[in-house]
Amino acid sequence: MDWFLNAESAGHKFALMVVAILLFVLVMGLILFGLERIRRLPVWVTVLGFLGPTVLFLAFGLLYPGIRTIWTSFFDARSDNYVGLDNYVTAFTEPQFQIVLRNTLLWVVLVPLVSTFIGLVYAVLIDRTRFESFAKTMIFLPLSISLVGASIIWKFVYEYKQHAVNPVTGEELVHQIGILNQVLVWLGLPPQQFLLNQPWNTLFLIVVMIWIQAGFAMTVLSAAVKAIPDDIVEAARLDGLHGIGMFRYITVPSIRPALVVVLTTIAIGTLKVFDIVRTMTGGNFGTSVVAYEFYTQSFRAQNAGLGAALATILFVLVIPIVVYNVRQLRLSEEIR
Amino acid sequence: MTALPPPAPLTEQVADEPLRAERRLSRAEKRAIAVKGKLSSPWASGIAIVIAVLWTIPTFGLLVTSFRPKEDIRATGWWTVWQDPTFTLENYQEALFGSSTSLATYFVNSVVITIPAVVIPISIALLAAYAFAWIDFRGRNLLFVAVFALQVVPIQVTLIPLLTQYVDWGLAGSFWTIWLSHSIFALPLAIFLLHNFMKDIPPSLVEAARVDGAGHVKIFFQVLLPLLTPAIASFAIFQFLWVWNDLLVALTFAGGTPNVAPLTVRVAELSGTRGSAWELLSAGAFIMTVVPLVVFLALQRYFVRGLLAGSVKG
Repeated sequence: MDWFLNAESAGHKFALMVVAILLFVLVMGLILFGLERIRRLPVWVTVLGFLGPTVLFLAFGLLYPGIRTIWTSFFDARSDNYVGLDNYVTAFTEPQFQIVLRNTLLWVVLVPLVSTFIGLVYAVLIDRTRFESFAKTMIFLPLSISLVGASIIWKFVYEYKQHAVNPVTGEELVHQIGILNQVLVWLGLPPQQFLLNQPWNTLFLIVVMIWIQAGFAMTVLSAAVKAIPDDIVEAARLDGLHGIGMFRYITVPSIRPALVVVLTTIAIGTLKVFDIVRTMTGGNFGTSVVAYEFYTQSFRAQNAGLGAALATILFVLVIPIVVYNVRQLRLSEEIR
Repeated sequence: MTALPPPAPLTEQVADEPLRAERRLSRAEKRAIAVKGKLSSPWASGIAIVIAVLWTIPTFGLLVTSFRPKEDIRATGWWTVWQDPTFTLENYQEALFGSSTSLATYFVNSVVITIPAVVIPISIALLAAYAFAWIDFRGRNLLFVAVFALQVVPIQVTLIPLLTQYVDWGLAGSFWTIWLSHSIFALPLAIFLLHNFMKDIPPSLVEAARVDGAGHVKIFFQVLLPLLTPAIASFAIFQFLWVWNDLLVALTFAGGTPNVAPLTVRVAELSGTRGSAWELLSAGAFIMTVVPLVVFLALQRYFVRGLLAGSVKG
């Protein structure tokens, strides 16, 4: 048993991985082999063979834990006593958590709007130019970088060094190594501690998510823009629409469903953002969000009830956006 | 947008550096641009270039930094590197094998975590998607909607009860918990997407196989699977990127142990404890990024396809 649970050397780990995959293939193979060999099976046995693993996994891993967490959110820190809605009252009224809610709201409004706007403008600007695919890849690449990697990349952009100038010659004694502070110095402004100064630091974290999501928005919207029928565009052009007029009165209305899908999809992803806050500020200096505070309360503060309540709040916030998203997705599929 | 002046007609474009290329466009392309009502002014190209540059500089800066000697990184900004170009691979050497970081170990963990966490959910989801698409049984629609609806459950909601369960079973801190968790979290979206693709396959193909006496298993392997390869590739890339780049699941179930924790957990930890050791952080970030980057660039076509089909997990 120990061989299966503790792998220390690289060889052992790879062996374990191969064993796990083989084990899985073996179990699935047996099920399918049984289904194929035994003729005249009742339908429900076949269905059980195909769907059994899924139902088992989902019931164990999503359904039961979800219900359990909602249940826990009505109990105290050690899950001993029923406390009613106390955890929710705490989450909505204490100043510390109101900052968390304010930040979450900022994230969920700004990230979708700004990244969709930039993605759309960029998609329209590069549409049918010679550099289109190269230009797309440049914006697109951040999507493949992990949120941890992106956070480190941006932390370096924001890097701050104590400003020091020789009082006589005006020469810089300390060189900035973060590009953003260097730009400030070039402009003759004092360098800033971007990640420490409240409340602006939240905005500088939000920039990272916008940087990532703009590529997603650009890709989906570019496909939608290309799908606008040429005759509509042609007719509008004959009516004298150009440039910005075309953008506002033809492009944007034509791709409205795709726009909504992009906005809501990004909003869902943003609500759950955890990695950026953890890597860049560790939730300090007033930058925490619900998805991160859940982690802090559950694992650091050992307050199971409050952690569960925060997770449930996240759950409740996500539901309406997902429902709206799915309905619009259907609509936009008709257009694509 | 309102700050933009009315776009100038194509012929009026003055010789502006970034525009030279655009003026060499073929006639057909020019027409296409005009037809689409593109913002074909110097402003338009300028904005596009500014966005592209802004989006690239942060990554480029850290990439350059990762090849600079430690002393240089601390003394001057990466943009001054051209004044005195010295490059080294020492940061990568140190990050991968140095005793304080040993990212090579965590790299192995990332690989070991990712491969089963991609293979297992896709296999299970393929079977389920087949059942939903091609087996007629009572309660099918209800069950499908239920599976689909589970997409709304944020994984945060599930973490603590799952962890408790794993501890009870004595599995805590092993690869099994991470494989199992990633497989579970991937299922609703995978089933939904693969089901959509499966529905697109002409029913006549399946019918024909049925007439020939093929059972469900045979139809699944011989008729559907070959046709679904592109769809599987799309989702596989997504799941791969998701698992490789994941922090929350790994952090919860693996903790920070060098036996199980993936690169993301280790690099995030370094960022907290050695926040100013940029020679390690920059190299570490790119060690972590290189695999998904290569996969992404090589299979971009499938990735875009998956994106457009709606495979975005929150």
